[in-house]
Amino acid sequence: MRIALCIALLTAMAGTTLATEIPLDQRRSGYSFMSADTQAMQDEDTANPGMLFVLDGEALWKRKAGAANKACADCHDDARVSMKGVAAHYPAFEKTLGKPVDLEGRINLCRADHQQASPFAYESRELLALSAYVAQQSRGVPIAAGDDPEIAPFVEKGHALFIQRQGQLNLACANCHDDNWDKKLAGSAITQAQPTGYPLYRLEWQSLGSLQRRLRACITGIRAQAYDYGSPELVELELYLMTRARGMPVETPAVRP
Amino acid sequence: MPSALINVPKKAKRGDVIEIKTLMSHIMETGYRHTASGDVVPRDIITSFTCRFNGTEVFRADLYPAIAANPFITFFTTVTESGKFEFEWIGDKGFSETAQASITVE
Repeated sequence: MRIALCIALLTAMAGTTLATEIPLDQRRSGYSFMSADTQAMQDEDTANPGMLFVLDGEALWKRKAGAANKACADCHDDARVSMKGVAAHYPAFEKTLGKPVDLEGRINLCRADHQQASPFAYESRELLALSAYVAQQSRGVPIAAGDDPEIAPFVEKGHALFIQRQGQLNLACANCHDDNWDKKLAGSAITQAQPTGYPLYRLEWQSLGSLQRRLRACITGIRAQAYDYGSPELVELELYLMTRARGMPVETPAVRP
Repeated sequence: MPSALINVPKKAKRGDVIEIKTLMSHIMETGYRHTASGDVVPRDIITSFTCRFNGTEVFRADLYPAIAANPFITFFTTVTESGKFEFEWIGDKGFSETAQASITVE
């Protein structure tokens, strides 16, 4: 009886610690947590190292590839027109696979189906460059992922992962990014985990990196086993985070410390 | 596929102090890191950056392994005539890149 009461009490406590989703009017991009110097680096295109990848992506967009000898531009024409707002809707439901795919996954599907080319490796310079170039066309566009009714169960799965305690530190994403985003961890701001600027240039990485890389780094940080690149769990987490940031403007390529 | 981003004002008045900003794509591998199997990752950095204006050198910098990837170099200079800035980055493994930008002095 006493044990049962303890369990009930602990469950109730665990419930309350995870009950605080960030109110819409308090949502903040990671940008607002940064120093003025780092903000200036993101604001100016000739100082933002992410733009080097965008330049590479623009070249790749026009380069023919694969057995079909077609470039992205051969089907999609001018990315500045055809790709405007596209990244704001990803991850999106892919009917042929019956599951959501993120922007990187979409690019690799396009390569396989239409260019008959081998997929780019996750975090390869090519994939980062192309996804940065595509996502940059949505800069300033409000995030609108999760519209498709077919995708709703996957958003729910992502949410479940977000509030699932795991790893040796027994932390869920929500413990930091919903409950303690106004505090600091080892001197660094704990942000709200709003994925507004991916792929983004992290000064720590000395490179552009994807949202999956960021998620894997966080999961390793709580001493859990990180999901593999391209795994359904990471895409579902990406999807949930994007729906959580609905309405916030895309910043790609963002700069973060 | 190295690429550079250059920010030079298009116009300036004679004698103006202008700021020039350059960003060059480069991994800047220090040479101090090891792979999982213990092999040294060979140094691969930019070692020298030069800016010439109408053929005359106006700025030069030597770069070392402690400098971050994708070096961002900014400096100030004055201009007395219209002309062309030429930028040159030289580094390990035969790295050599150039870029240029023009300015009109009124």
